[in-house]
Amino acid sequence: MDQSLRELYQEVILDHSRHPRHFGALENATHKAEGYNPLCGDRVTVMVMLDGEGRVADIKFQGKGCAISQASASLMTEMLAGRTRAEAEKLMEGFLHLAKGEEAPGLSPDDREYLDVMSGISEFPMRVKCATLAWHTFKNAVEEGKNAMDEGVT
Amino acid sequence: MTAAAKIVPAFDAQKARGDFPILSRQVYGKPLVYLDSGASAQKPHKVLQAMTQFAETDYANVHRGVHYLSAAATDAYEAARRTVQKFLGAAREDEIVFTKGGTEAINLVSYGFLAPRIQPGDEIVLSVMEHHSNIVPWHFLRERQGAVLKWVDVRDDGSLDIEALGAAIGPRTKLVAITHMSNVLGTVTPLKDIVARAHAKAVPVLADGCQGAVHEIIDVQALDIDFYALTGHKIYGPTGIGALYAKRAHLKTMRPFNGGGEMIREVTQDIVTYADPPSRFEAGTPPIIEAVGMAAAIDYLMAFDRAAVKAHEHDLLTYARERLRDFNWLRVIGDAPGKGAIISFEAEGMHAHDLATILDREGVAVRAGHHCAQPLMERFGVASTSRASFALYNNRADVDALVAALAKAREILG
Repeated sequence: MDQSLRELYQEVILDHSRHPRHFGALENATHKAEGYNPLCGDRVTVMVMLDGEGRVADIKFQGKGCAISQASASLMTEMLAGRTRAEAEKLMEGFLHLAKGEEAPGLSPDDREYLDVMSGISEFPMRVKCATLAWHTFKNAVEEGKNAMDEGVT
Repeated sequence: MTAAAKIVPAFDAQKARGDFPILSRQVYGKPLVYLDSGASAQKPHKVLQAMTQFAETDYANVHRGVHYLSAAATDAYEAARRTVQKFLGAAREDEIVFTKGGTEAINLVSYGFLAPRIQPGDEIVLSVMEHHSNIVPWHFLRERQGAVLKWVDVRDDGSLDIEALGAAIGPRTKLVAITHMSNVLGTVTPLKDIVARAHAKAVPVLADGCQGAVHEIIDVQALDIDFYALTGHKIYGPTGIGALYAKRAHLKTMRPFNGGGEMIREVTQDIVTYADPPSRFEAGTPPIIEAVGMAAAIDYLMAFDRAAVKAHEHDLLTYARERLRDFNWLRVIGDAPGKGAIISFEAEGMHAHDLATILDREGVAVRAGHHCAQPLMERFGVASTSRASFALYNNRADVDALVAALAKAREILG
């Protein structure tokens, strides 16, 4: 069996995709955006509640998609809860580097280790967009609640 | 042709496979199993050679110069038109308009034929299994001119509800736009019956032949169809070339689509008059090498006993259907009687893109996604499907490889 496939679809990823964390509607969301991948029709809605200090007090997502997009969204919500917007942006930047198979010097060792399960995606360039959909959607949500669809974010 | 009967060789799939250089390559160290011909078919050596040879010996712009090569290129280009004419069974060569593909052919009908005839509230009848290329040009007329799209459903097995189609054609219907063969379901539509029902109400019919032309034998005169759209790259020819068949009477009334060189009779500072069809619809330098390539592809295809090719493809479909039955976690979508060699399926607990990624690493190329047929996806309540489509070069070993790869996908994702 192809080792890179095993890495991509490792148990942690499959577990997140089958049992996504923070899945569902978020009442009292202060920010919300929908992301859409026109290639596969996958959609994800990210709902965020930012507190007075701009910290992610709560975050949830909904949607349907492939194992990669679901797992990535689930992992993302776990990681972003409790972070400030600046921290969240740094994380996202690091994740986008990892997804492209690049070094991510801005990530703390803990975050780097946590995100490592997703780094196998870099071997599958056609699928990188699946992994980044939720992250782009989060970014659009917290940036003035823009709709990711309008941005052509894929 | 002499009195001696034309000898048609029986179809030898294994030999035909050898005509396609790409099929001997490997991907990820595994033999390529190409099951995505519905998206684009591979090209036989003969087609590539015809294009190269033409470019190396006879190439120049067409219909323009007086020099030797200009005449040679024009001859080749017009010979290609006659090849398409024969392929479709058209009465006249000037009923064939070269386009850059099937999409442009349909857009040409939308802009050149239908748009000037549409008043707000006029209707266009189409099926839910159309490809976006046979939907969006009609949406344009809805957006811009208030046309109404009348959708005809398919039955649960994917067959066209012909009674519903007949009933959908009303006094305000201006066109029936229907696929010849669904790119997702494989359903082949009864064009003759559709044309008869539409013509009974004086409504013209356009068939999207992008999938159908390579599998079905077409005779536009016998069908009495008004428009038939064709694309080169799905009939083993190059990309960038297609054709529209349109009845001469329609072509004469159609307004030009693109303006430019070649499509005019006279241009002054004040007025412009247009060339006769088909030139009127071929503005600019056409895809000349590609036209030669498409003709070579048609020649390649027509040299086979097409009924034998169809039987071969049908055998693969039946075999695949049989083998896939072993997987109770797999749901095949589209089982219409007489369907063509396309099999779409949804796998329980597996997204089409995850599945296609795993299949890909096994060397198996399938299409995954909505197949540019989102209304159909909605009809069957799926976001996307995986699709294996068969061509004349496929064999049972390809099906076996698909089945083995699916089992692996199940092992990884299941």
